Amino acid sequence: MRTWKFGDNIDTDAIIPGRYLVYNDPLVLASHAFEGTRNDFAKGVAPGDVIIGGRNFGCGSSREHAPLALAGAGIRYVVAVSFARIFYRNAVNVGLLPLVCPEADAIPDGDECRVDVDKHLITCGERTYPIEPVPGFLLRIADAGGLIPFARNLEEVDRCTGSQQ
Amino acid sequence: MRNISQLHRNHAVRLPASGATTSISLHAPLILGTLMGATIVEKIFSSKCGHSVRAGEVVMAPVDGAMIHDITGPLAIQNFFEMGGKEVFDPEKIILLFDHQVPADSLAAAENHVFMREFARNQRIHNYDIREGICHQVVLEKGKAGPGEIIVGADSHTCMYGATGAFATGIGSTDMGFVLKFGALYFRVPETIRAEVSGKFQRRVGPKDLILSIAKDIGADGATYQAIEFCGETFATMPIHGRMTCCNMAIEMGAKAGLVPPDEVTYEYMHSRGRTGRVSIESDPDARYAARKKYDVTNLPPQVAIPHNVDLARDVGEVAGTRVDQVFIGSCTNGRFEDLADAAEVIGDREFDDSTRVIIIPASRDEYLKALQTGLIERFVKAGALVEAPCCGPCMGGAFGLLAPGEVSLSTSNRNFRGRQGSADASVYLCSPATAAASALYGEITDPREV
Repeated sequence: MRTWKFGDNIDTDAIIPGRYLVYNDPLVLASHAFEGTRNDFAKGVAPGDVIIGGRNFGCGSSREHAPLALAGAGIRYVVAVSFARIFYRNAVNVGLLPLVCPEADAIPDGDECRVDVDKHLITCGERTYPIEPVPGFLLRIADAGGLIPFARNLEEVDRCTGSQQ
Repeated sequence: MRNISQLHRNHAVRLPASGATTSISLHAPLILGTLMGATIVEKIFSSKCGHSVRAGEVVMAPVDGAMIHDITGPLAIQNFFEMGGKEVFDPEKIILLFDHQVPADSLAAAENHVFMREFARNQRIHNYDIREGICHQVVLEKGKAGPGEIIVGADSHTCMYGATGAFATGIGSTDMGFVLKFGALYFRVPETIRAEVSGKFQRRVGPKDLILSIAKDIGADGATYQAIEFCGETFATMPIHGRMTCCNMAIEMGAKAGLVPPDEVTYEYMHSRGRTGRVSIESDPDARYAARKKYDVTNLPPQVAIPHNVDLARDVGEVAGTRVDQVFIGSCTNGRFEDLADAAEVIGDREFDDSTRVIIIPASRDEYLKALQTGLIERFVKAGALVEAPCCGPCMGGAFGLLAPGEVSLSTSNRNFRGRQGSADASVYLCSPATAAASALYGEITDPREV
């Protein structure tokens, strides 16, 4: 599980260029992920690898194709200093877990890395980096594989929103 | 609403950050303005939820309208079915159209269109298909967004409807699948940045220059998770088309919404779109804002955002002389009749530079007709432009008008991200229609005040 390091303001056009939005299959989208921005990604990425971003990761369009492309590439965690709003929500909805790490800029590219969500830590080599705790219900949505499998269980949605008869 | 689940009976449920279960409020009548010290956004959510809500709260709120187009629609519909959706919550509240890949530019696009046509037919949703133009312009023209309403769209520039005093925000396709089924969505009620603008624009300087300069000041992520309320004397006298341009680009600062409180300009526009009545709603004088910003446009020069971020605005003089291969005048940001008239006024009866190709696309059928009837289209064609039928065009880099490596585009659209209009090795600059027109005359970035 290696890191793929990106900078600040990585926009959704960088994650998946507009000309591929006619496709909805995560595997097809994954084959074009970061095309033109980082051409070694689509071929080199392995399931379980971790994306590391800077500030405002995922800014721009509301295209869910962006997190879908990453999910299709086998990514589970996207770690960044901060996230753009729509991307953050879309990521959770497709089963990715966006993790806020104020020190993400210091994480090297290509390092072996382990994410421990329960302990709020990322370990790369000898160093550990703190990540902000993830609200429980977001974790449950991501664990379910996204909002759709989560929402199929209406009882669970009901409990999370505190609704009562 | 139909198919109401447990979620629906309590569409005003508060969910604190801790995720713990909390009290429930069944929706009760609430008179706008009874919440003291509230922003316009807090009032809109309070009204919709039936109880007082404050920024920071997460609420399940009903929506007054939902828009899907040919790029994000297929995924949203797929998600609707995967969630067990059978009938949409209310076909009359759904705006469905095609604008990004129009007419279909590939087999895949054509298949997406067919899929959405069939969905519209089966669900009895009116389908504007490829006829009307760019989604955001069409939503407003059809009177589908108005003051005090909550509208969602599966497109980030949905925030444009805030020009009418609506709370409008872009969402992803899974969230939209949920909305299509339930007619509601969970929202974190955003804090608000107040942007008060004073002064009168110089000749050939306008709303696009203002919003590029505000984006530079606030930054590409300076308003993340917040709303921006545009106010002050400049907005009070700004026509609705300029308000649309500014609200459209709120997302370029990360904002969830941009709004101009409704006034006579708003009501006049709403009436022209067949919406009667007045919904008066504004922030209280003692409202709590995340920040208060003040701007003065009196000495504002034309602005140009340089590659590859929207917040990199420069005074036009700093980049004047930069060669441009393609000029694009159009998009939901600047494709309205007034934008085209601004460009035409600069052009006069001159012709564009031979080394620059010019693409002009009115934002909608209505805007196209206005431009046609007033002779603007003829003038553009004579000047050497390619005038296309209403659609998103080169803005998204998914259809036509793509840039080759090394090429430079000057565009009145809203994003200049690397690769946005084609090759990742091309460059996109953003500007107003007046600056785009002046630059097209000379084949290089040009101050419109000097031509």
